[in-house]
Amino acid sequence: MTDRRSERSWEKALRTAAMLSTGGALSGCDVLKLTVVNHAGPIAAAQWHLYVVVGIVLVFVAGPVLLLTPIMAWRYRLSNEHSTYKPKWDFSWWIEGLIWIPPTGIVIGLAFLLWTYTHRLDPYRPIASTQPTVEVQAVGLDWKWLFIYPDHHVAVINQLAIPVGRPIHLSLTSGTVMQSLMVPRLGGQIYAMAGMRTELNLAASQPGVFRGENTQYNGPGFPQQKFDVVALPAPDYDRWLARVRAAAHPLDTAAYAALFQRSVPAHPIYYSRTPDGFFGYIMSRFRSSPTENER
Amino acid sequence: MSASVWPAVLGRFEWHALPFVRAWENPTLNELIGAGAAAIVVVGAIALIALITLLGKWRYLWREWLTSLDHKRIGIMYVVLAFVMLSRALVEAMLMRLQQATAINAPGVVDPEHFAQLFSTHGSIMIFFMAMPFLTGAFNYVMPLQIGARDVAFPLLNSISLWLTGGAAGLMMISLVVGTFSTGGWSGYPPYTELAFSPGVGPDYWIWAVTLGSIASTLSGLNFAVTIYKKRCPGMTLMRMPLFVWTTLCTSILMIFAMPPLTVATALLALDRYLGFHFFTNDLGGNMMNYANLFWLFGHPEVYVLILPAFGVYSEVVSTFSSKELYGYTSLVLATMAIAVLSFTVWVHHFFAMGQSANINAVFGIATMTIGVPTGVKIYDWIWTMFRGQVRFTVPMLYSLAFMMTFVLGGFTGIILAFPPLDYLVHNTLFLVAHFHNMLIPGLLYGMLAGYHYWFPKAFGFRLDEKWGRVSFGCWVIGFYLAFMPLYVLGAAGMARRTQEVFEPSFRPWLYVAGVGALILFGALASLFVQLWVSIRDREANRVTAGDPWDGRGLEWSTSAPPPDYNFALLPQVRGRDPFYDGKRDGDPYAPPPEYHPIELPRNSMTGPVLGIVGTALAFGLVWHMWWLAILGTVMIVATIIARSFARDVHRTIPVHEIERTEAHWLAAVAAARAIPRQLEMTPLNQGLAAVTR
Repeated sequence: MTDRRSERSWEKALRTAAMLSTGGALSGCDVLKLTVVNHAGPIAAAQWHLYVVVGIVLVFVAGPVLLLTPIMAWRYRLSNEHSTYKPKWDFSWWIEGLIWIPPTGIVIGLAFLLWTYTHRLDPYRPIASTQPTVEVQAVGLDWKWLFIYPDHHVAVINQLAIPVGRPIHLSLTSGTVMQSLMVPRLGGQIYAMAGMRTELNLAASQPGVFRGENTQYNGPGFPQQKFDVVALPAPDYDRWLARVRAAAHPLDTAAYAALFQRSVPAHPIYYSRTPDGFFGYIMSRFRSSPTENER
Repeated sequence: MSASVWPAVLGRFEWHALPFVRAWENPTLNELIGAGAAAIVVVGAIALIALITLLGKWRYLWREWLTSLDHKRIGIMYVVLAFVMLSRALVEAMLMRLQQATAINAPGVVDPEHFAQLFSTHGSIMIFFMAMPFLTGAFNYVMPLQIGARDVAFPLLNSISLWLTGGAAGLMMISLVVGTFSTGGWSGYPPYTELAFSPGVGPDYWIWAVTLGSIASTLSGLNFAVTIYKKRCPGMTLMRMPLFVWTTLCTSILMIFAMPPLTVATALLALDRYLGFHFFTNDLGGNMMNYANLFWLFGHPEVYVLILPAFGVYSEVVSTFSSKELYGYTSLVLATMAIAVLSFTVWVHHFFAMGQSANINAVFGIATMTIGVPTGVKIYDWIWTMFRGQVRFTVPMLYSLAFMMTFVLGGFTGIILAFPPLDYLVHNTLFLVAHFHNMLIPGLLYGMLAGYHYWFPKAFGFRLDEKWGRVSFGCWVIGFYLAFMPLYVLGAAGMARRTQEVFEPSFRPWLYVAGVGALILFGALASLFVQLWVSIRDREANRVTAGDPWDGRGLEWSTSAPPPDYNFALLPQVRGRDPFYDGKRDGDPYAPPPEYHPIELPRNSMTGPVLGIVGTALAFGLVWHMWWLAILGTVMIVATIIARSFARDVHRTIPVHEIERTEAHWLAAVAAARAIPRQLEMTPLNQGLAAVTR
């Protein structure tokens, strides 16, 4: 699925139309660049595809009500003396069939679509690719995200650099209350909970900077808890890793203690070295009793 | 007194719990807004007390209203409570819109903590203390009249429910003056609301207000369900009940089964916070996912508790104002029941992103979409009810039409949210906020307002002003679209709900439009109050004493307006689905019966008010750790219940001569009234007597 799905022409047209029309006059159409309409990875692309399909089906569901309601009300208004009046008419098998069967059929159809796509876009499902997967561990903190790259023993706060085209496998947990990670242009989202591990698979199909965020309210610093996902071509990604490693700022005891203090870092923070099994350690903080923890 | 005594008396209270003190020491705009709101509560309460004292109405208020067990009085008090709380929560909504519109790369007008309290109180009030009282009030007033009963099955329990709800709402108002409210949202998710992260009094206010409210609603549900099972008049079989009674029944069943999980969830959270338990904490085996499941096991059926009553109102309104039998009665009953049952099978869709397997998410997603079928059927049933009818565009009918058009858009986005892969991209964003307002404003508020306009003449004997009703209607509709359509776009762009500060300049135009929408919604509420004022001022011109202003169909229209204490001089005998409408056409529904009999009604009781007040005191004591007050409150509750059990003389009998006098007075008004055709029903010529067309 990392091979970019060739977008059908009508979808492309719709995408352009959506970008142009909505709120164009208000100069608010910039906002659409942040949405899934402007998807930048295979998961978000598939989600947008599904949006379009479901949206088209739903036009046929909502349309009749939007048309019939005003038509019936106006046609049969009291002052219209040319309309029939049948006060005792209250049932027709034909109409019963019409209002029960087609909607049921549509829901059955949508149910198949839902089942298929829920499995295909399951956040836990690895993205099939010929390229090796990048492992990243994300820890939700107050009010920042820590991204650990276990294979490289480095970690970064509030910046998630990823190589373009390679699948990313995120493991998530929380060092505090529940949080939720989403990157609208790449896909999302999944909760991060203390003592538990959740997973999210993403990929970027083009280089760029995409906004990521926590969507679950967790205190006064919540609105600032945003981070950039930086999708880089492979050589740049390697250079970025080298830069993090060169930061000469290991995640030592002092840095560790600072992580769990409530704060909104002004800039991303690079940690050149992380202990082995750090993610597991943060998870286990909550598993044991406080006395065991102190040992 | 030594210094160590004060903590025992005042618990956690200290002077900075008062917003006035905070504003005095630190007069920022944020603190002044808080102090201003608190001042409104205090001054409002004092003004109300002074006014009642000046008018010398305490005795009247106590005897006729506060201690009344009459379902009609209780219903009206519920609706008054709903309007008071609606006013507060709508002002809070405006403030939140103002904050977001002014906080684009700027701090805005309220600080983060204050903003978090605003969204928490707004949500909690709108659900528990606006919507629930409004619909409970409507059930109370209308349902017993519609089934031909003299009261609900348990009138005292009814009063207790009212007073527990009122006490809980009072606690919400107190939290504005003393201390701070929760910042954990209306759903109060732990572990954020646990002691480790929210040590203050806020979550405790939330816990006890919601607990009192949920107990009251469980009791109301039991009361209404038993009333419908046992108190229907002769001939009122289940399949002859008006649709509003059906939705009352389904809602009551939902209340009985859905409210206890909430009570349990808040009680477990209270155990965590008060006694060091670990149900939902991060450590020692606590798991907040259990809370999420319990909360939404309540939360989703609750959505239908809120929406089904409005469906009932629309069924009555569309049929009445189309002068036509309801299309597909059996279909509507089945659809209502189907919705009630299915509502228990979808709760996981509130947290698709919590990491369940794709199978589980898909099953709950499909179950969610399935609810769309019976809901769609209902909308079509109302459309086909208008077909070949004579539709009049009265205010309740306008609300019904606006509901059908708007609700279907909410259904559209609801199906999108039912798809887990689509939900992942908009969950927890303003898209979701837009969606549930798109369901609840037409699906609850419009319905309750339609019912308010429809049954007001029955309850008070005069019609509400049409012109201001239309102004208000227009504002509710335009305001809704302006306030919430932009939120769909913002949500899709990733703007998280509960965001106090915005760092994305491209959100600006959308937030401005939403802000204007909020102002128009405030105008809508203001117009409602103006309408009430104008209607009371012009009441003599708009009297409908004869009791049937809309050529009504159900039994509630067969009495005077307002109805006598005993509702029906003789319990009616029902032969069809539209007993009064058919009665008018088949004979004379106003013919006096050959003889009257004395009627027994429940005597007033102060048990309700006392339990409400001591229950609130207990909750307040628990919130502030004033243990003496909590113990005193508990003892008082037990004592009140024991004392009440000794009351033997709990009924009063209305003698025949009084019934004769009341009935004669009404029948004279009927005889004096001019029967009017439907073309004139919105004019002062409408005296509540319908010209019968056969």
